[in-house]
Amino acid sequence: MAHISFILNGEVIELGKANPSVTLLDYLRLERGLAGTKEGCNEGDCGACTVSVASMENGSLVHRAVNSCILLLGQMQGKSVTTVEDLGGNHPVQTAMVDHHGSQCGFCTPGIVMSLAAAHQEGRQDHRDVLAGNLCRCTGYAPILRAAEAVAEQPVPAAKFDERAALESLVDSGFTDVDAFAEWYAQNPDAVLVGGATEVGLVLTKELKQPRKFAFLNRIEALREITHEDGGTRIGSGVLLARLRGAMVGKYPQFAEMLRRFGSVQVRNSATIGGNIANGSPIADSPPALIALGASITLRKGAERREILLEDFYLSYGVQDRAEGEFVESIFIPEQEDTLGVYKISKRFDQDISALCGAFNIVVNDGSVASARIAFGGMAATPKRAKAVESALTGAPWNEETIKTAQSAFAEDYTPLSDQRGSAAYRLTLAQNLLTRYFLEHSGQDRVRVVGAVS
Amino acid sequence: MSVAKSIPHDSGPAHVSGSARYVDDYPLPENAVHLAFGLSEKAHADFTLDLTAVWAATGVIDVIVADQLPGVNDVSPSVHDEPLLADGTVHYLGQPVFLVVADSHLNARRAARLGKVEYSEKDPLVTIDQAVEADSKFGDPVTYAIGDADTAMSEAPLTVSGQMEVGGQEHFYLEGQAAYALPEEGDVRVVSSTQHPTEIQHKVAEALNIPFHAVRVETRRMGGGFGGKESQGNALAVSCAVVAQKLNRPAKMRYDRDDDMIITGKRHDLRIKYQAGFGLDGKLHSVVFEHFFRCGWALDLSHAVADRAMLHADNAYHLPNARILSHRLRTNTQSATAYRGFGGPQGIIGIERVIEHIADELGMDPLDVRMANFYRSTGDLTPYHMEIEDSISSELVAQLAESSDYEKRRAEIATFNAGSPIVKRGISLVPVKFGISFTLTFLNQAGALVHVYADGSVQLNHGGTEMGQGLNTKVAQVAAEVFGLDVSAIKITATDTGKVPNTSATAASAGADLNGMACKDACEKIKLRLIEFAKAKWGGDVIFAAGRVSVGEKVVSFGELAAAAYQARISLSSTGFYKTPKVKWDRIEGKGRPFLYFAYGAAVSEVEIDSLTGENRILRTDILHDVGNSLNPALDIGQIEGAFVQGAGWLTIEELRWADDGRLQTAAPATYKIPCASDIPDVLNVALWDGANLEKTIYRSKAVGEPPFVHGMSVFFALTQAVAAAGGNPYFDAPATAERVLMALSE
Repeated sequence: MAHISFILNGEVIELGKANPSVTLLDYLRLERGLAGTKEGCNEGDCGACTVSVASMENGSLVHRAVNSCILLLGQMQGKSVTTVEDLGGNHPVQTAMVDHHGSQCGFCTPGIVMSLAAAHQEGRQDHRDVLAGNLCRCTGYAPILRAAEAVAEQPVPAAKFDERAALESLVDSGFTDVDAFAEWYAQNPDAVLVGGATEVGLVLTKELKQPRKFAFLNRIEALREITHEDGGTRIGSGVLLARLRGAMVGKYPQFAEMLRRFGSVQVRNSATIGGNIANGSPIADSPPALIALGASITLRKGAERREILLEDFYLSYGVQDRAEGEFVESIFIPEQEDTLGVYKISKRFDQDISALCGAFNIVVNDGSVASARIAFGGMAATPKRAKAVESALTGAPWNEETIKTAQSAFAEDYTPLSDQRGSAAYRLTLAQNLLTRYFLEHSGQDRVRVVGAVS
Repeated sequence: MSVAKSIPHDSGPAHVSGSARYVDDYPLPENAVHLAFGLSEKAHADFTLDLTAVWAATGVIDVIVADQLPGVNDVSPSVHDEPLLADGTVHYLGQPVFLVVADSHLNARRAARLGKVEYSEKDPLVTIDQAVEADSKFGDPVTYAIGDADTAMSEAPLTVSGQMEVGGQEHFYLEGQAAYALPEEGDVRVVSSTQHPTEIQHKVAEALNIPFHAVRVETRRMGGGFGGKESQGNALAVSCAVVAQKLNRPAKMRYDRDDDMIITGKRHDLRIKYQAGFGLDGKLHSVVFEHFFRCGWALDLSHAVADRAMLHADNAYHLPNARILSHRLRTNTQSATAYRGFGGPQGIIGIERVIEHIADELGMDPLDVRMANFYRSTGDLTPYHMEIEDSISSELVAQLAESSDYEKRRAEIATFNAGSPIVKRGISLVPVKFGISFTLTFLNQAGALVHVYADGSVQLNHGGTEMGQGLNTKVAQVAAEVFGLDVSAIKITATDTGKVPNTSATAASAGADLNGMACKDACEKIKLRLIEFAKAKWGGDVIFAAGRVSVGEKVVSFGELAAAAYQARISLSSTGFYKTPKVKWDRIEGKGRPFLYFAYGAAVSEVEIDSLTGENRILRTDILHDVGNSLNPALDIGQIEGAFVQGAGWLTIEELRWADDGRLQTAAPATYKIPCASDIPDVLNVALWDGANLEKTIYRSKAVGEPPFVHGMSVFFALTQAVAAAGGNPYFDAPATAERVLMALSE
């Protein structure tokens, strides 16, 4: 039980002894009678439960659309939540949705309205990306996109209250200091660490597990920093994927493009890079790119820190090199020329778990391969480097023949599984063909893919 | 005029403000209980239960098994072969085995996982091949035929033959299945997210051993249906009613999404075998189809679905000699059910594959083969011996080919492909002709109840249900039209078996056709009384327009007229009724007129594929669709756009996969992907065909729910064209996932 203090539609809520693992959606619908926010899937995939959550980030007030079905009350400390009820019915997004016939059955509509309203507030024009996390089965999205375009030029309605002041007035609670948390976690290694809860949420809503001890990390500023150090970039493990994308656009645009397709706006607004790494999933999308970039991670237990290469963190399926009470504190990407190619292959382009995700970082000097780091998710029990392919490439001339030879080495590196996301044969063929894609993209070929080309 | 106007959906403002209520949104009394099913973990087994841990779980109030049910243990919409709770044997993985009653939804779900089930496993039949091998089926195969297919085949200059597998489809209505029941002095009131309140009423009454009149079922709106709430809501409503009656407490049940996906039926998948004989001009001489429908464990509506597939095996083409043979296979999987198109799309894709195959064989543009085979406007016979009276395929397709620049773009694509080694493009134009009416003839009836109050406001009720399609708006437009009122004067109320009895499901695209006519009938009866009254009172001709009524020289508001009529003791309430004329169908013989008319349309899609990965996307789609004289162009275009995207999803990224043990592997949105906003074409042009329905339907409009679903097929065949352009084998199965496309390229 925890004390949680937050703002709901302008009203300060003080929960004296709340169960922090109750989802915000259940709280809204069952405790508050706010039934406008819908449960469509209860796992963060459909967006019917989208609400807008505001908080101070690096001194500015930021509004983010998030899935309330896998957001826990424990994460709400110090936040301001706006639900569809609070828009009032005459928000420009609402008017445009009616005028453009953007609702049919209406069940996804409150979530769509909240996504569009949050995007409108931030001045976003990438409507299809904004809506990637909001499924609609009736309209085929066309009228919703028309509504989004129509509303883009209209002014943002004035705030109903001073949200910044209200946030600052909230009673503090929970971890804000990384040292205090590190010390506590070393003593309480059985606690469930919650970064964005996009994974933990499902443990609660689908596996129906009932862990008792949680640590909510989302207010520890030290974990949410991105710093440029000598020799590289350090990314706090609590950095949201939405922010990471922004930080990668200039440096590693293909990484940023992959992050554009990572989950959805709502997921990227909740999920952290540390969670994606520490979770240990073999199909997590960020590890391949980070491994290809030669990233290392800092693990911390109490005051003790150690740094290891990310690729060495993954020991076997579901097992990582992480001691009890130890947590991922930061990720370090060494400075380098950008030669990164990142390819996420999934059944649906947006908001889908990858069949595989491959990252290639090949440096060519004077027509031959000086170095190659290649890593894949979805090809083995862990994110894993393709060392046989790398060695087939290294030192060889950068030409089609080398590519062909190196392709056959994928079978030495990987014995992928067949599952609902793709057969073993498909995965292996894909991995080989993606090397061709990388070669073509780095040989001046322009049109070699149907989405996500980065010039 | 109130009809033919683009009036927004009547619930639009409530949808966008979050005030539109769905079943789970209604506050229930404090003592309400919540239900969840314990589900089978095996696809085929005898079982025994130990529910000790369930009883002991937090919040559990009751646990119910099959032999404790008070009445009939059945929720089937057809032949009583679908027990609410498995009775000794489970027939698919996900089948409800026991029913938990708890103090909260979450506690019910948690407890439902705690049942200890001892299974004595049997071999499950999962695939078509396994079912064929085991001769596991619902009834004997059905054949429809015309002419002499065998002789014509043997005499045809050329023949092609082949086989394709076509996947099923999860409905993925955004609002999962939900119902609640309130005990009312021995009677029961049920609120259900259902397309078929009357069937819920019947199943609840059977389950409780009470007459139909003791069960009242209401449906205000569904958060999507698509056929998935035609019969699949029965289990929840019956469970709630049983518990409400047993405990004398309100009971609510809703499926968590993953439960919904693993319990409920989906679109039928099938195998189609074909052989076609044709001339050098591409004209069909003879076609033979064999359909193998995988129906799942219970019959549900499978006969009617498979029949409709046979009735659409011709699509828009004249098949002078044809034989269609249909097998309905019983497997240990979810019982496949109604889904938008109801077998029609599955029938149509077969003949479209045949057309593509013939064009490939002859080196012709597939569009030319299509044009060569369209039904003439009148006179041709379908394979089920119905005379075509209204075909507009030739004109409509010619107009679309022109407006979409089909020929020019096809040439440009060839040029593009020649210069693009990795990315390849394809284009395809696919028509649709879709038969409108329930093939079970007696279902083609509807009722309405209209009240005019003494202030002139109108309350409307009809037997159809609102699932997002805008039926209520359209029917209200009809009432407004008859009375010369603004549509805002018409109050639409929840569908209610207590107001309009003995209704048919809102299905077969027929909602507006049937209920619009019933509403018109009711309104006209009242209007006639008002006219007689006004004439007698004031004299002269009576005209209703713009909220006013002129009687000779006298002009009064509609409200004043209603008040005066009330004072004069004129009845201002009426029922209305409609039954579809002309339809007559013998489904055993395969002869008659199953449909009042056909709806037509066509779509052109251009796609591109990545030949390294199989990834693909739609660049542009142009649709021209026939809704007759539209009741509401905006709502009709909304149906067309939505159906197109849903149809494209069915044939591209939406893939259902079952493991060998019968487990549905794609039973969550994480693994089953419906289209999202970025999947729709960059350019999507939708136009309505300018032409009235030749039949006397409601204001000469045409049904729109299902026919445009077929437009998604243009995407599939554009992909096969692109694969062919990349040197691959275009005869791949559906859906065209990236994996299928890539594998087709390496064949």
